[in-house]
Amino acid sequence: MANTANLEAHATGHGHASHDHHTPTGWRRWVYSTNHKDIGIMYLVFSIIAGVIGGLLSGAMRMELQEPGIQIFHGLAAMSYGLEGDAALDAGKHMFNVFVSAHALIMVFFTVMPATMGGFANYFAPLMIGAPDTAFPRINNVAFWLLPPALLLTVLSMFFEGPAGALGFGGGWTAYPPLSTSGHPGPATDFVIFSLHVAGVSSILGAINLITTILNMRAPGMTLHKMPLFAWSVLVTAFLLLLALPVLAGAITMMLTDRNFGTTFFNPDGGGDPILYQHLFWFFGHPEVYIMILPGFGIVSHIVATFSRKPVFGYMAMAYAMVAIGFVGFVVWAHHMYTTGLSLDVQRYFVAATMVIAVPTGVKIFSWIATMWGGSITFRIPMLWAIGFIFLFTVGGVTGVVLANAGADRALHDTYYVVAHFHYVLSLGAVFSIFAGWYYWYPKMFGYMYNEFLGKLHFWVMFAGVNLIFFPQHFLGLAGMPRRYIDYPDAFALWNRVSSIGYYVTFVAMIIFFYATWEASRKKRPAGDNPWGDGATTLEWTLSSPPPFHQFSTLPKIESKDAH
Amino acid sequence: MADTTASYHQTEPGKRNKRVAVMLAGVAAGMVGLAFASVPLYQLFCQVTGFGGTTQVASENPKGVIARDMKVRFDVNIDRALDWTVTAAAPITDQIGRVDTVNYIATNNSDKPVTGQAIFNVVPEKAGYYFNKIECFCFTEQTLQPGETVEMPIVFFVDPDIDENRELDTIKEITLSYTFYASDSEGS
Repeated sequence: MANTANLEAHATGHGHASHDHHTPTGWRRWVYSTNHKDIGIMYLVFSIIAGVIGGLLSGAMRMELQEPGIQIFHGLAAMSYGLEGDAALDAGKHMFNVFVSAHALIMVFFTVMPATMGGFANYFAPLMIGAPDTAFPRINNVAFWLLPPALLLTVLSMFFEGPAGALGFGGGWTAYPPLSTSGHPGPATDFVIFSLHVAGVSSILGAINLITTILNMRAPGMTLHKMPLFAWSVLVTAFLLLLALPVLAGAITMMLTDRNFGTTFFNPDGGGDPILYQHLFWFFGHPEVYIMILPGFGIVSHIVATFSRKPVFGYMAMAYAMVAIGFVGFVVWAHHMYTTGLSLDVQRYFVAATMVIAVPTGVKIFSWIATMWGGSITFRIPMLWAIGFIFLFTVGGVTGVVLANAGADRALHDTYYVVAHFHYVLSLGAVFSIFAGWYYWYPKMFGYMYNEFLGKLHFWVMFAGVNLIFFPQHFLGLAGMPRRYIDYPDAFALWNRVSSIGYYVTFVAMIIFFYATWEASRKKRPAGDNPWGDGATTLEWTLSSPPPFHQFSTLPKIESKDAH
Repeated sequence: MADTTASYHQTEPGKRNKRVAVMLAGVAAGMVGLAFASVPLYQLFCQVTGFGGTTQVASENPKGVIARDMKVRFDVNIDRALDWTVTAAAPITDQIGRVDTVNYIATNNSDKPVTGQAIFNVVPEKAGYYFNKIECFCFTEQTLQPGETVEMPIVFFVDPDIDENRELDTIKEITLSYTFYASDSEGS
């Protein structure tokens, strides 16, 4: 593959097709962009901005929960509503729920998904399969530019009336009726619904674009079974998006008409059933968690292989494990609903099906370890994040197997144990995979090398911080502390305090991250085409750093047996 | 080699891309359709299986009476928008399979005719499959004149097949609950 390295030089100067005679500059380059790499960068920037908003919201929550009693939110409510006394207290309680809901929506739809399926998938899936761009560059542009208005709608929802006399939507990201229908008569909920509609359309367009690209535009000789694992993960994830998001769109459309046009899909008054919403939501919601984690699996596979200087162990098993996770992910949704009165046989099925997912997931974890086994490992920064990912994701996976049991779930449902579990797989798992990808591909995307010490400092401070936040939440959950509450008895004070301290540590880690990024952009240390050495075998490392505006004008031919 | 890319955008692959995209868009549209199709399917599913405590409708009990007692309790809730007073029937203990009749008593407290509709389910939810109603005021809407008080009968029996369901071996009590809504409210 190394023979493709220098084929790009002539492609930068003059465009290859009639419509590309000039490279747009200034704001036009970005706003009108049909270039998969520029769109990828915009997705990443968007994700960082949304992540900061979502992170600050969780900061307010952690500050509130640092001590028993209500410290922060009645003051916030007093400032924003001009209320006093008990009225401010009540408004503050609602505001806490608004923060919880907005934090979840922003992190899921506007931070993790844009980073993985927007940023890295757009930038690197075409490079890895040897394609000049995505199949539908204009659709790619539309998909990105739908996201900022969607985020704006979610943020705006916090400033419109939700329940009578209070601002914002406080029904959680799950938005169960009747709380989100008759419980929130104001327009805030409608803003959230529209936001999800727009974000959903964006993701579906992106998924169609990526699937078409991966199916039709692979370089000659790159069969599906030679395709890099990250491209595999993007393909599987795009199919999950395509199948799951329309169901959410349907469910929230029903909710919208229930709210505004007098239908009764979820309203028993007219023969509907609120439980139906939960089925529809989780039919989307469970695949959604795999949508957030699968691209991370792909990223981590490449990093582990690169820094162990070995091809990834069990390539075929790794690829089909992701396909299996995708399939089984669609038939386990009611494990979120054990307490809704499912019959014992239905519960038995969902327990068994859920546990089955541990098998392909285990295949992946053990294959990563086997890739490292006997490898010549260098602990460069991306490798630290990747190993951190494997460790933290495994912790979250183990608590997931605990929660899969309908019996145990009776006690743990809606407690902090669940919060700890899904933050270990997402906030620690998915986010660590995003940082792993960021540090792995930063030299490729920007052409510069970051400071090794700052990167390591970021990793270790963040690793300590997030574990401090979320590990104690297991104890709180096992002790029975319910989630989404603004206050708690004194018995829960210690571990809540530890958890809040963890937030501040993580906050420092994020400052280190921004400083490291700023420092790298100032110092401009040239990274070279391939800073990672022989282990980095995928096609993006054969290009310059950053890659030319249009790459692969001569398509690379894949002959090597192990392209992955 | 150099014009490989041009062919990507102009000829065969362009059409191929469009075909794949149209197919994928069809899949997305199909999933939206399935989401909406789930509404009637879910209703059908609940009625057939008694899922979520949905009760059954029968015209008689062809299966006879068995030697196991079941206590049936009655409950009532009234939507805030409906100005009625409804008294639930007293609990009744009888052999499983026996057809019983009980009465709810409803009064319209307002000064105009009001139409109400009752929604029901049973607890434990799994017993819904075995709870048969031959006649019930909940089958139709009820209109009460101002100040009027009526007796509203339910004729029901518990299917003896309940004895064969091991999950319900320990059940000695079934609660039938009604929630009354004003049927001229939003939603009709």
